[in-house]
Amino acid sequence: MSTATIPDDPQLRERFGELKPPLTAQAAVIEANRCLNCFDAPCTAACPTHIDVPGFIKRIATDNLRGSAMRILDANILGGSCSRVCPVDVLCEGACVMQRQNHKPIQIALLQRYAMDFFHASGEVPATAAAARSVRVACIGGGPASLACAAELRRRGAQATIVERRALPGGLNTYGVAEYKLRAADSLREIEMISRMGVSFRYGVSVDSAAALEALEAEFDFIFLGVGLGAMQQLGIPGEGAAGVMNALELIAAYKTGHLRELHGTVVVVGAGNTAIDAANAARRLGASTVYLLYRRGEGDISAFDFEYEHAKQEGVQFLWRRQPVAVRPGERGHLLVDTVQVQQVGSALVPIPNSDYAIACDLVVPAIGQSPLTHLIQELRHVEVRDGRIVADPTTGRTGNPRYFAAGDCVNGGREVVDAVAGGKRAALAMLASAEAAHA
Amino acid sequence: MPDAKAVQPDLTVRQFAGGIDCPNPFWLASAPPTNTGEMIMRAFDAGWGGAVWKTIGEPVTNVSSRYSATDWNGQRMMGFNNIELISDRSVEVNLAEMAEVKRRYPRNAVIASLMVASTREAWHEIVERAEDAGADGLELNFGCPHGMSERGMGSAVGQVPEYAEMITAWVKEKARTPVLVKLTPNITDIRAVARAAKRGGADGLSAINTINSITGIDLDTFVPRPNVDGKSSHGGYCGPAVKPIALNMVQQILADGESALPLSGIGGIGSWRDAAEFFLLGCGTVQVCTAVMHYGYRIVEDMAEGLENWMRAKGFARLEDFRGLSLDRVTEWKHLNLNFKIVAHIDEQKCIGCDLCHIACWDGAHQCIHLDRVTGPVDGHVELHPMPIEKEMRSRASLAETPVTRKERAAAFAQGPYPTPLDRIPRVDETECVGCNLCSCVCPVDGCITMVRVDSGVPAETWEERTRGAACATQPQP
Repeated sequence: MSTATIPDDPQLRERFGELKPPLTAQAAVIEANRCLNCFDAPCTAACPTHIDVPGFIKRIATDNLRGSAMRILDANILGGSCSRVCPVDVLCEGACVMQRQNHKPIQIALLQRYAMDFFHASGEVPATAAAARSVRVACIGGGPASLACAAELRRRGAQATIVERRALPGGLNTYGVAEYKLRAADSLREIEMISRMGVSFRYGVSVDSAAALEALEAEFDFIFLGVGLGAMQQLGIPGEGAAGVMNALELIAAYKTGHLRELHGTVVVVGAGNTAIDAANAARRLGASTVYLLYRRGEGDISAFDFEYEHAKQEGVQFLWRRQPVAVRPGERGHLLVDTVQVQQVGSALVPIPNSDYAIACDLVVPAIGQSPLTHLIQELRHVEVRDGRIVADPTTGRTGNPRYFAAGDCVNGGREVVDAVAGGKRAALAMLASAEAAHA
Repeated sequence: MPDAKAVQPDLTVRQFAGGIDCPNPFWLASAPPTNTGEMIMRAFDAGWGGAVWKTIGEPVTNVSSRYSATDWNGQRMMGFNNIELISDRSVEVNLAEMAEVKRRYPRNAVIASLMVASTREAWHEIVERAEDAGADGLELNFGCPHGMSERGMGSAVGQVPEYAEMITAWVKEKARTPVLVKLTPNITDIRAVARAAKRGGADGLSAINTINSITGIDLDTFVPRPNVDGKSSHGGYCGPAVKPIALNMVQQILADGESALPLSGIGGIGSWRDAAEFFLLGCGTVQVCTAVMHYGYRIVEDMAEGLENWMRAKGFARLEDFRGLSLDRVTEWKHLNLNFKIVAHIDEQKCIGCDLCHIACWDGAHQCIHLDRVTGPVDGHVELHPMPIEKEMRSRASLAETPVTRKERAAAFAQGPYPTPLDRIPRVDETECVGCNLCSCVCPVDGCITMVRVDSGVPAETWEERTRGAACATQPQP
């Protein structure tokens, strides 16, 4: 594991208290008993990693918590973080048949968390197999896709090494998820387990040249690309480089690692995706008195999940619809001014409305309009096709055009959820082992 | 439907077992809720029609703890178990309080439950004292299955018809009030003792007492519950779990001419619905304990109201109007119509897609509920349906992605003609369905699976009728 740590900060803990408290033992059993134990359960089918949901829930009902956690881990090694960050409304819980009977869906996420918390507290590590033959895989990027891929490889006896450019593993799980959903410490606890399964980690290593790739090719049989999407996109407006402009992922990473503890005044967030909402909520909790969220389209067009939007409203975030920033410039007494304009849709284009411009005085501007593909690395790869900024890989195997390269997660799917990355990483691991087996035969 | 306003239900019980009157048929069974006069008076205030006093006899010493329960699926006390003995208070105190209760509540029935050593003198004495205290009737406790039976009382009497008959006869020599004998279910055929009690002259019966039980074992200490300093003892089981057993025994007694007497039904009764079932089999009163121990005396309010409302809806003015109506609906298997045919029908609008009926039918019944509405039904000479595991494997191998855009979410939650996607609504193969009811038992949605009668086109025929000729033909030659 990394020698880097995140200091425990009581102020952070207080301001970013968990949105949903964990279930007590009795509440967990009552909720577990409510589950109908559907055959070929829709919740399981809806889960990208196909966790046997009724299977783990019924084990909670009988107080077989170790068995319950094992059932989860068999399908999803990041079952702990997924139980906290998954948008379950559109996944397992959204598929729960109870809703068709006017009942609330089973609280699958909280039950899964209950079993996983028990398991992680026990300190146990899932079993790994003895290797039939040596297969060595380098996983580039230390986020969920690589972690899932590496863990699956270890479970089946292969060797896995994660190469991460940052000081801590976990990718967005550690650096990019709102602290009230998943604490960095909980992400690291989960990765500690994966490390104890025998996955090796190399930190502070950027794989950004042909030479670096060749070195990996020489050392490993396969290379798995779990590199994610890279930096956030620029707004492309004047003044964007000013001090006081900090993109959403930078802001989230900064407060989660203790580098940003306090905000004041007014914050303007640009964009209306889930990350924009995480950043806007964080700004409120860090002390900003006013947080505006600017979006160039209307309420019905936002890409954020409904529950995230509702949450942001409760946190006091103010939404400015159909308004776009056009420039950032210095204001009085060290403040910033964001020039904005109202836009309307004409055909497929957004057209500024004359005389609708005004400047918002603020202390921080937070662009949150999506992550741009990490192209500099991918361009180095031979026979790995990139289309629309995404690595082209077979969704069922993660196979790329180069037989030694596999890929999954955001860099392939363009940016989905942790659970999608886990599913992809796991499938790629199995495909690499099948490929090695075929080569041996 | 009868005119609901036309009927004014009357729950009054008159001359039960030849002489017990009370305002309603709901009695508290002889048990902890009837331990003292103070408790019984509060119960009468709450609305109970009668109470059978906690068994009076030579005072005992009880142990701690005394109760344990069987919880099920997160629900407390599906079944309940006790190793408490009879009253631990003196005969004098109990009877003094009984006199006080009768003085203050003359309209409510107070029944003295009695258990003494098996001598004629002991029984004569206790009968006289209880009746002098004002008891409206006597209940002979021949049922208690733990502790007292080791001392030759309770079920030790109730399991030997000759003893039961003898003691009943001794009591009848002395008694001026109706004598009820409380029967133990811990016997091969409860009718053996019921008949003995009737021969001994009993005026009525109470059934059933608790069933021998060990409710469970602590998996940390390995000591069964209830734990008395590291050891346990079998107790008496009661509560909702025992109702089906009680109903069967009540039916056995009342359908048997040599056993049948006015019967006070006991066993898992906690609501008016339970009570109505005991009345429909012929009981004249019912007794309740566990449900009161769980929720208090107040449950009687709904028991009385609910029964009245049901009677109003059915047009029954008095208990006698429906008492025993179901008794002759229970028969021996050989008299059932073999040509009666029903099949399962699934209401597509109500189905929520849990598919429990599918797996239950495949693994627990006759493999005739299929998930093939989309792939197309398999009908014909040879039916090769995909097995449940194949369906499950397909789901597990499918690619699922989080719907992150609005468009994806709209597609993922698109609504078809029914609330449930068609491929999850099971189909019943009616030609193969044997009408066993299993699917309708497991279906979590009321009214979703109904069993529909199919005209088999064949006249009714019972097993007895079908085999009558064959039995004669194969009669062994003398």
